[in-house]
Amino acid sequence: MILGEVSGAFGRRTLRLALKTLPGLALIAAGAVHAAADRLAVAPGGYTPMKPTPGKGMPVDGGLTFQTQYSPTGLEALWMHDNIVMTVLIATTAFVLGLLIWVMIRYNSRANPVPSKTSHNTLLEVVWTGIPVLILLVVFVPSMKLLAHQFKTPPKEALTIKAIGNQWYWTYAYPDNGEFEVTSNMLSHEEAIKRGEPPQLAADNRMVVPVGEPIRLQTTGADVIHSFAVPSLWFKLDAVPGRINEKVLFVKEPGVYYGQCSELCGARHGYMPIVVEALPRPQYNAWVMTHAGAKIDGAPEAPAAAPVAAAAAPAAEAASGTEVAAAASSGE
Amino acid sequence: MATIADEFHAHSDGHVHDHHDHDHKPGFFARWFMSTNHKDIGTLYLIFAITAGIIGGAISGIMRAELAQPGIQYLGFFADLLGTKNPSFDQQLHLWNVLITAHGLIMVFFMVMPAIIGGFGNWFVPIMIGAPDMAFPRMNNISFWLTVAGFCSLLCSAFVPGGTGQGAGIGWTAYAPLSTSGSQGPAVDFAIFSLHLAGAGSIMGAINFITTIFNMRAPGMTLHKMPLFVWSVLVTAFLLLLALPVLAAAITMLLTDRNFHTTFFDAAGGGDPVLFQHLFWFFGHPEVYIMILPGFGIISQIVSTFSRKPVFGYLGMAYAMVAIGVVGFVVWAHHMYTTGLSEDVKMYFTTATMVIAVPTGIKIFSWIATMWGGSIRFASPMVWAIGFIFLFTVGGVTGVELANGGLDDNLQDTYYVVGHFHYVLSLGAVTSLFAGFYYWFPKMSGRWHSELLSYLHFAVFFVGVNMIFFPMHFLGMQGMPRRYPDFTPAYAYWNHIATIGYMVMAVSIGIWLINIIYAFTMGKKAEGNYWGEGATTLEWTLSSPPPFHQFETVPVIKDEDHH
Repeated sequence: MILGEVSGAFGRRTLRLALKTLPGLALIAAGAVHAAADRLAVAPGGYTPMKPTPGKGMPVDGGLTFQTQYSPTGLEALWMHDNIVMTVLIATTAFVLGLLIWVMIRYNSRANPVPSKTSHNTLLEVVWTGIPVLILLVVFVPSMKLLAHQFKTPPKEALTIKAIGNQWYWTYAYPDNGEFEVTSNMLSHEEAIKRGEPPQLAADNRMVVPVGEPIRLQTTGADVIHSFAVPSLWFKLDAVPGRINEKVLFVKEPGVYYGQCSELCGARHGYMPIVVEALPRPQYNAWVMTHAGAKIDGAPEAPAAAPVAAAAAPAAEAASGTEVAAAASSGE
Repeated sequence: MATIADEFHAHSDGHVHDHHDHDHKPGFFARWFMSTNHKDIGTLYLIFAITAGIIGGAISGIMRAELAQPGIQYLGFFADLLGTKNPSFDQQLHLWNVLITAHGLIMVFFMVMPAIIGGFGNWFVPIMIGAPDMAFPRMNNISFWLTVAGFCSLLCSAFVPGGTGQGAGIGWTAYAPLSTSGSQGPAVDFAIFSLHLAGAGSIMGAINFITTIFNMRAPGMTLHKMPLFVWSVLVTAFLLLLALPVLAAAITMLLTDRNFHTTFFDAAGGGDPVLFQHLFWFFGHPEVYIMILPGFGIISQIVSTFSRKPVFGYLGMAYAMVAIGVVGFVVWAHHMYTTGLSEDVKMYFTTATMVIAVPTGIKIFSWIATMWGGSIRFASPMVWAIGFIFLFTVGGVTGVELANGGLDDNLQDTYYVVGHFHYVLSLGAVTSLFAGFYYWFPKMSGRWHSELLSYLHFAVFFVGVNMIFFPMHFLGMQGMPRRYPDFTPAYAYWNHIATIGYMVMAVSIGIWLINIIYAFTMGKKAEGNYWGEGATTLEWTLSSPPPFHQFETVPVIKDEDHH
């Protein structure tokens, strides 16, 4: 498996695809029936913004390492950083420091008044070229695996969300949910404190996403380049005007996850935070239905997959947002 | 080489009058403003680089003061000082972007490059290969003055409109469309023109070095006998020659996009903003090696001198630099991992980037092997050189982390990157500059600095820069994006430590300046070869300072001599 992915890295796309899709297909098939019903559920009671958990999805005071990760690729990347790269980093630095201290003690002019004349040693030179190559191979393999996992394409039915960077705020478009848009501006210092959120990171409207499913996140820029970044989800993708970038976002557990624009975009570059709120499907659907013209993704288009959805569909077309929410939840 | 030195001295005894001050120096204006003398031009470059470095360093002082605590404290005051009366909040924030842009451009183009290539390169490349001067002395002069003109253009940009406020707030990377449609007003044009001028100066300098090194070596000085500093400047000159025209093209396209409605970087007209990044980093990555390779050369000379041993694995060292130069041209997109590169592209750039660790490792291990078995004297240049080797290693290993496209997704554009590149530049290139300064200062000036102050300078500088830049790794991993004037309180602790570190570092620069004043007022006269036995390159065969025109009798290098 490792070899398959690594050799595929340089162009043998078919082999890699075959290796990757086999387990993936099985997973989708098993979850399909169950998921289809769950996806359409709408929790009663509408939506109230979730209170962030202190220290979760945000930086911690004087923190020394990465934020705790809440996405599968984030966990994999963090594991790789903690166990492989940091080991190599610390070992290399300690080794060089150790050698430096040793030569400074052993070969200073008092300890060793007569210098040797050695200036070549082919074996030694081959060794210190070869061993770093081997060490790099140890980093190389998990590094390629991580990249392959990060580039996994989302399944066809995955929810699409579009994050658009503007000077200096984010808009989030939900094309699968009736194409409504959410505009997200930074909260003032006082307002953030009042709501119990970290200043500079809190926003008035959040990008709400369903938890536990792959989301097709697309980014683009309206004016200059911005970058959509959420450190606790190991996610960063530039929002380039004239381009659409796409990557899978997967949040493992409900929560509020903060990020900030990560490409210099003008004066208020530091004042356009990103807030991702991950909710279980029923709550997410409830949030969706608070928007005018909203619809639950997959509801009308999938009559065969879920009879419940078929029953709800006509109502969805006729009635307003809140009534659909009620109909769908009663249908459950 | 000691034998050569003796023989050369013996040989030149008959011309001793040439070696004193009464060889024909032009008057003050002609000497310093119309110079064709490589040593004088080198001195001009060094004075210029110190001036620019103090300005660039003062700018980082404003930045660190602002970042000492959350909130905006000082930007308004400085915006007002620079001519924007009662600046709005956006204008204050714009000043922040002007500061980061100016700091980056000044330190790269007007401090490190002029000092390490223009200054030490000009001074010592001709001497080390036994040449009387550079191949094109007049072109050497215009290279310098173009750099000065470029710097003036950059300073001008701070006082003209640049969009939200005065000055160019586009980052040293000048990404389109922020640098095109995103910044109205002439400030960005001034900044771009500044790079044109400095770039043209550097290209001419590169041509000059290549020609000099290929054609003006003394008899017997084969390529494989050149001191490693000369090798490093040769590789650097090729990097400049190949990389700078690409930058020139990219920023010219910026200019036409800005002023003549072309759309190279505008998707609305069929262009692509990411194309600019590809062009910029095709220059930008070799640029970082342009800044560090001559430093490698300086460190090699110093380690060999004070270990009283020839450099270990000379050929490996020389070709490691060539390898770094070549591979440096095919890794550029590791600066662009989050721009939407495809999977295969990211895998390729990850792999290619990690490969650079191998020749860099060869250099580190060869320096240590040079010291191994040596008889090490801890004169001030050696202390700085050992500091360099350690600090550069730290900067290098964080590079291995950043090289991984998958990990970089969480580090791109954070303070981790700022920490990394300051370890290789501020603590790497600048440390090598100070090492070279103390190594060659008595040679250049004829007067001794205070070794005590040099040690003190090192100790305070070492503590200071580590306090500034090590915590940046923590901030970056915690997610603090770079180029931010304000931050959430969770980032306050390490930012505060970094600001204290800046103050410590600033004290060390004060010690250094005092040391220079000491040398010129009270410093002892320096002999020709003041470092003694280990110093074997040709500059040690000359008086300190060297005669206005050296090697009127061309030195001959014999076969058994070491590098």
